Amino acid sequence: MRRYLLGRLWQSIVTLILATIVVFVGVRALPGDPALALAGEDRDPESLRAIREQYGLDDSLLVQFWQFVSHAARGDLGQSIRTGESVTTMIANALPVTIELSVLAILVASVLGVGAGVVAAVRRGRPAEWAANALALLGLSVPNFWLGLMAILYLSVALGLFPASGFVPFFTDPVGNLHHLILPALILGTGLAAVIMRQTRSSMLDALSADYIRTAEAKGLSPRAVIGRHALRNSLIVVVTIVGLQLGALISGAVVTERIFALPGFGKLTVDAVFQRDYPVIQAVVLVTAAAYILINLLVDLLYSVIDPRIRVRGDA
Amino acid sequence: MAITDVTVTAGTPLRSNRRRVVRRMLRNPLAISGLVVLGLAVVLAVFAPWLAPHEPTQTHLDQAFAPPGTAGYLLGTDDLGRDVLARIMYGLRASLHVGLLAVATSLAIGVPLGLMAGYFRAIDALISRFTDLVLAFPFLILAVGLAAIRGASLGNAAIAIGIAQIPGVIRIVRSETLRLKSLDFVAAAIVEGAGDAWVLGRHILPNAASVIIVQATVAIPAAILGEAVLSFLGLGIQPPAPSLGTMLSDAQQFAARAPWAAVMPGVAIMLLTLAFNVVGDSLRDALDPKASRR
Repeated sequence: MRRYLLGRLWQSIVTLILATIVVFVGVRALPGDPALALAGEDRDPESLRAIREQYGLDDSLLVQFWQFVSHAARGDLGQSIRTGESVTTMIANALPVTIELSVLAILVASVLGVGAGVVAAVRRGRPAEWAANALALLGLSVPNFWLGLMAILYLSVALGLFPASGFVPFFTDPVGNLHHLILPALILGTGLAAVIMRQTRSSMLDALSADYIRTAEAKGLSPRAVIGRHALRNSLIVVVTIVGLQLGALISGAVVTERIFALPGFGKLTVDAVFQRDYPVIQAVVLVTAAAYILINLLVDLLYSVIDPRIRVRGDA
Repeated sequence: MAITDVTVTAGTPLRSNRRRVVRRMLRNPLAISGLVVLGLAVVLAVFAPWLAPHEPTQTHLDQAFAPPGTAGYLLGTDDLGRDVLARIMYGLRASLHVGLLAVATSLAIGVPLGLMAGYFRAIDALISRFTDLVLAFPFLILAVGLAAIRGASLGNAAIAIGIAQIPGVIRIVRSETLRLKSLDFVAAAIVEGAGDAWVLGRHILPNAASVIIVQATVAIPAAILGEAVLSFLGLGIQPPAPSLGTMLSDAQQFAARAPWAAVMPGVAIMLLTLAFNVVGDSLRDALDPKASRR
């Protein structure tokens, strides 16, 4: 177990280092002279040299890389070239919105997905299974940003059930906060719910035909107890696995969802930075996403080995 | 457009079973409707220049916000009086273009890497690091980075989506290669003195083809959705060229006034990806010996 953990940790660190190098090289491959971009209107050679010196642009690439890494490690991700604001602050303000949205979406998707999956497996061959399958297929195929537009158009604008856009911090107004986030979370969770439903259904079907379930039934346990206690237990693994696998899609989905519902999250920061060619922000956003992604994947793998002991033994998950 | 090739070649790896796979597919009414929708989409996209009732970028300001059913504008017009139907047809072109280009990119890189990772133990770890690295960048972030470096365009969107899909291809091909390598007929070929390239190209690749095809049928609709998302955000195709994604982002501003302009492109994307998913599902079932159980 310990060897597995250490191995997995080492692997994550290597990936993080490689990702940092990719981001660093990628930003240096950007077209145009960053000093020119920073100088704005002021093209005076003297001030250009001052800018180069100030930002260390005249140092060798290795020195620059070391500067970049050591600053990042101290939590200093540079300044926005548009607003001069600290990029770390900008990210710290945006991240909680995205995290809350994603966690809510995962919750919604787990409840809907596991519920529909269990129904589909238990009601095999009945209309309920057919309906659950059709919904899952639809959920996989519907572009969630379009669903978001439709929801705004018909639920928010026409019926006034939810606010169409905007955001209230949780600690200022918890109810208002959830009221603003529930629709985006539902929209973001649809694709995930569909994947979870399909996987739950197929693992339930496997489980329901397994010997230990037959034993439990033979013991005289009620169907509800059999499903609840034995078969459903596996669905926790399913959810953790899918969330791990779909994390990239979830992050990408969050960016779009925030854009549609005008939520001031990480996604909005990212897209705005690209359009404003705010390179320090782009660099930081990409790096933070990669780091978060690597970290969450590590956590998912660890959680996994806690839930399912077989994975520890296999060791190469 | 090679969409039809996907289904035609479906049986090739299992030469003897090809007819059975086709027969199983054709017994499934859902699969047939999926194939029909796909065929229709391909025809509309390929022959858009001849079939479209208007030029997709032609504005008719006097006809702005014409509702569906207006004479000459079957699906209505948008804020500039552009024909929604014509724009959807050209948008399908962009969608299929990116879908196929992205998946071709991911297969061209992922299949050889997956074969090598599964076959040669020595480079397995190296390729795994590469997969981890690519996985560390969610596709949208990858696309954002690429758009920042190379500018936003349809081609760059396809490349970003293709790169993001490489790890999935590598994983699937790798595990299939590992499985096939342990089978007797491959061992027999090695014993007979067949070279690595021969074994990989002649024995492993053809037998891995069915999983690769199933993977492609999942990856193409994912890439189509990806293109729509990127274009919606302005990171894909550049206006005024139509894409289903840009149509939606345009329509967002006047959705309350002309809902059809927001509804129709979304329905088109949904039907297209739904058709791919249905065909992919039934193809997987038809290829899967355990299918009768599921």
